[in-house]
Amino acid sequence: MITLPMPQPEVIESRDREAAATPDMEQEPLPLVIESKNLSMWYGSKRAIENVSLDIPARAVTAIIGPSGCGKSTFLRALNRMHELVPHARIEGSVLLDGENLYASDVDPAIVRRRVGMIFQKSNPFPTMSIGENVIIGLRLNGVRDRKFLNERLEKSLRMAALWDEVKDDLHKSGTSLSGGQQQRLCIARALAVEPEVILMDEPCSALDPIATAKIEELIQGLKAQYTIVIVTHNMQQAGRVSDFTAFFYMGRLIEIGSTTKIFTNPSQKQTEDYITGRFG
Amino acid sequence: MRTGRTDSHSWRKLKSTCISGLTFCSAILVIAPLALVFFYVLKSGIGAINLGFFTHLPKPVGEPGGGMVNAIVGSLELLALASVVGIPVGVLGGVYLAEYGAARVNSLLRFIADVLNGVPSITWGVVVYGLIVLRFKSFSAYAGGLALALIMIPLILRTTEEVILLVPVGYREAALALGIARWKTILQIVVKTASRGIITGILLALARVGGETAPLLFTAFGNHFWNHDLSEPIAALPLQIFTYAISPYDDWHRQAWAGALVLVTGVFCVNVLVRIVTRVRTASA
Repeated sequence: MITLPMPQPEVIESRDREAAATPDMEQEPLPLVIESKNLSMWYGSKRAIENVSLDIPARAVTAIIGPSGCGKSTFLRALNRMHELVPHARIEGSVLLDGENLYASDVDPAIVRRRVGMIFQKSNPFPTMSIGENVIIGLRLNGVRDRKFLNERLEKSLRMAALWDEVKDDLHKSGTSLSGGQQQRLCIARALAVEPEVILMDEPCSALDPIATAKIEELIQGLKAQYTIVIVTHNMQQAGRVSDFTAFFYMGRLIEIGSTTKIFTNPSQKQTEDYITGRFG
Repeated sequence: MRTGRTDSHSWRKLKSTCISGLTFCSAILVIAPLALVFFYVLKSGIGAINLGFFTHLPKPVGEPGGGMVNAIVGSLELLALASVVGIPVGVLGGVYLAEYGAARVNSLLRFIADVLNGVPSITWGVVVYGLIVLRFKSFSAYAGGLALALIMIPLILRTTEEVILLVPVGYREAALALGIARWKTILQIVVKTASRGIITGILLALARVGGETAPLLFTAFGNHFWNHDLSEPIAALPLQIFTYAISPYDDWHRQAWAGALVLVTGVFCVNVLVRIVTRVRTASA
């Protein structure tokens, strides 16, 4: 068993426990994987999200919906510190992953992102690499050299991303030679290969046709048995189809979160109802 | 009825023809010197090109034959020396400008690099003469290589920066989201994606300095024999051409033309190579 070289022993521990868990083992359930507490964020002087406290349950799909500019993508990026690429982005409050603050001063953002992976709106396989290299690049650049282990992980990740049968004979071909939907599934395989605990998806289907979208949605349903998934989407039908919980954001604030059925049938806030029923947004 | 409209139509047509004629003439003026130079050098130099030119050392005045093998090899050695310093500094500097550094410092660095790109090349020769040649009391291949490297650095720096900035931000994000450290992301993903552009920049910089004479006058100095020690003067093709061209001997003039032909062909080949490299990129993208 090869584990990634990680400076934080407790991370490895918690993962190994998960990996070793069998159905009959008495396992302490982790009801919440991510808790954001009073999270506010600014781009320069512009406040993008305001005082968001939101708990994300483990092994479930949480959808974040809301009109453009409501801060849902910003919030998503705050969950794995991707917003730090933007100059002058500033954050207040905290995000706990399994109880640890991601924003503690001794936490390396690279370690955070290994545990919280991300899929982007536009598929982005690395153009200089083959399909196979794309999948294992995260492991390789994190120091894994064992060829056999890499090959196993390559196949496993591609199978989980429902792409293996389509590409198994073309692993040496360029990742950019695939269709749009396949490229997005390749990106999902690439994210799965480093075995994150949480997968963030930022409108993963917005550039795809309905058939490719359906495949990704089916994939999300399959993945939630093992992963916690947070998906930002513009498409309310999609949120209804794939998610267990839905959070509604408006003007940088969290208006409401609840089970998807409740949010879509019986929201407690007027604004949510207006948005769901298409009265604005 | 036909008056105003037709008149203005033919007037517009005339203006259009004039302007396209002018642009066509300008284009010809750009291309013509290249063709003229190339054919004139070819015509004057081809007669002195033979195997001996590439295999023999220069002969003393009056003796027939002789070649420029030491100058050709010397130029390659100087380019190699210049590359050892110029490529790493230029590429890493370009990476720094594109990926790190505060905006204000970077715009200052960029400005300085642009100014340096405009500095006359003989200035670099004088600078290195002052810094190296006077200190070690000898013209040397090292000094020549350094002078060429100093010309290469700002060229490579700016092209590297530009091609790295062309790499879409999505690749950076994807790599960072995999938990790959920033420096590894930059080296293994961003620079790799931009590598063809960087290689293009390096080749063009080499082609540019390969033809430089002025910075070598007080640094590499030239040599009629083989150079056995890089801390001694070394021959270079442009220097040899210069020496031979200002000499009063017809035989040397012919050799100078042949040298010029070899040099122009070399630069031409590098440029063709660049075209091929960039074409592969667009084909795969």
